[in-house]
Amino acid sequence: MPKVNNLGEAAVEIKKDPPKLQSILQKAKRVNKTPYLFLLPYMLLFLTFIIIPILMAIYLSFTNFNTIERPDFIGFLNYINLLTQDEIFMQYVLPNTVLFALIVGPGGYILAFLLAWCLAQLTKGPRTILALIFYSPSMTSGVAMAVVWTIIFSGNQAGYANSILMRLGFITEPLIFLQDTRFILLIMIVVALWSSMGVGFLAMLAGVLNVDETLYEAGAIDGIKNRFQELIYITIPSMKPQMLFGAVMAIVNTFATGMIGVQLTGSNPTPNYAGQLIVNHIEDYGFIRFEMGYAAALSVVLLLIIFVFARISKKLFSES
Amino acid sequence: MALKVSGANPKKFHKSQLKFYIFLIPFAIFMMLPIVFIFNHAFKPLDELYAFPPRFFVYRPTFDNFVNLFQLANSSGIPLSRYVFNSLLVTFSIVFFAVVISTLAGYVLSKKNFKGKFVLFEINTAALMFVPIAVIIPRFLTVSVLGIEDTYFAHILPLLAMPVVLFLLKQFIDQIPDSLIEAAVIDGASDFKIYLKIILPLIKPAIATAAILAFQLAWNDLETSILFTTSENMRTLAFFMNTLVANTNVVVGQGMAAVASLIMFVPNLILFIILQSMVMNTMSHSGLK
Repeated sequence: MPKVNNLGEAAVEIKKDPPKLQSILQKAKRVNKTPYLFLLPYMLLFLTFIIIPILMAIYLSFTNFNTIERPDFIGFLNYINLLTQDEIFMQYVLPNTVLFALIVGPGGYILAFLLAWCLAQLTKGPRTILALIFYSPSMTSGVAMAVVWTIIFSGNQAGYANSILMRLGFITEPLIFLQDTRFILLIMIVVALWSSMGVGFLAMLAGVLNVDETLYEAGAIDGIKNRFQELIYITIPSMKPQMLFGAVMAIVNTFATGMIGVQLTGSNPTPNYAGQLIVNHIEDYGFIRFEMGYAAALSVVLLLIIFVFARISKKLFSES
Repeated sequence: MALKVSGANPKKFHKSQLKFYIFLIPFAIFMMLPIVFIFNHAFKPLDELYAFPPRFFVYRPTFDNFVNLFQLANSSGIPLSRYVFNSLLVTFSIVFFAVVISTLAGYVLSKKNFKGKFVLFEINTAALMFVPIAVIIPRFLTVSVLGIEDTYFAHILPLLAMPVVLFLLKQFIDQIPDSLIEAAVIDGASDFKIYLKIILPLIKPAIATAAILAFQLAWNDLETSILFTTSENMRTLAFFMNTLVANTNVVVGQGMAAVASLIMFVPNLILFIILQSMVMNTMSHSGLK
């Protein structure tokens, strides 16, 4: 059925029922304003707290701004400094962010899909319980759960990880996990993966469960032999929209859990910048050094990274 | 249904499902351990918190840690009830208003034709990627320009527009047949009446999902307490619990921190258990094209 606007719909009605002409025409006119009225509250808040901050970040990234004096325009200097002067960014922050994002993003995403697919092969009762278990760490967004991990990885011999490793004979001295530059990023990745089975995971689970069964039957007739072929040729192609939604959620989750390093180690910057991610770097410059212009340039870079990741996922999963 | 090929969504247990259990259960144990641990740790008496080698399970559960937590909060000048009140007020306002504004917007974006509709929805879809901490500084500036720092508005307003919530609601409303709305229009129903009497009752699962997502976001949020408030008695439970977590070096503190995590976690868990079937129903319409 072709899409028609309100006036069009009204016209159709008028043909069916001429006496209603006046009232319907009037209604159609009045109705035309209501969509904007209904949208207004959401859009106003959306503009104020999402769109305007993004635009402000872009503007401030071209200025020198210390929150007290007016921002003054300095062109691309912040970006040039970022690329040429900021050794910490190039040496620690960028490599950490890339490593963290690649493992937690695609890694967490593939894991979420595998778990969702396996869950879909089970009966309803056990599936619901297991899905709840997988989803529950993400409810607290990881950060509130930092306490568990600080206790488990606490740096003395009474810490759980140390105790187990010492009893098994892997180490003789307790390791100070959360201050040790060798372990911080690794622990952050484990915690982030642990809490990454969120909304995207649920969407993909629903996606696998909703694949049309007749497709599988048709596939069997066409010579699909095993579960793996079924997965590649039928399941994934028929749930592409959910796959894309899951991918976008995975990207967002990856960058939103970036604060976890500071939570675990209890300091920003993290010891020796070993767990420093771009979001921590933004906070460091913005709220500790009060170089808001530079911090804004970092924000813009982060937004660009997220955008590029999302574009790639869209290429992979878009229909057509 | 003579041809049984796919095992997806089986009705009965079969031996062939065992391999999936073998794959899934180790993951389930890994995911569950920290949560089980928190439940145990929160009820441990002092000597078990100190125990060496450390024990995972609690042997003689007590409420000591809960009592300590309440006393600590009271001795710091601001009673725990104040943080709880702040959190409840903020969280319920966010859940309520986020659902109202998003259902209103979702209805017109799905069922009405007007200029700019597709552009607006596309922008909202792009904003699914929005990570608030990326633009933490401009958000801070926006709040101070609006002059709402240190008020409840600073907690509530910045979180109300949630692109994911609007997206899920709009996708769900798309499922409602247009004929239903056309019939109501012919009967002379106003847009607001259609929204109230037709749309809202039909999208209960999506509303439940929106509510649970808004709840999780608001209940756990630290950003507004840290950045948009300055006085201690305007801060939320999440903030207070987080300051406790920062002091976990002391063993006594560990017990209290575990209680704090438990208090933050349990409401989320209970809500999700109650609403999980509605959430799954909504998620099947979550596709992004």
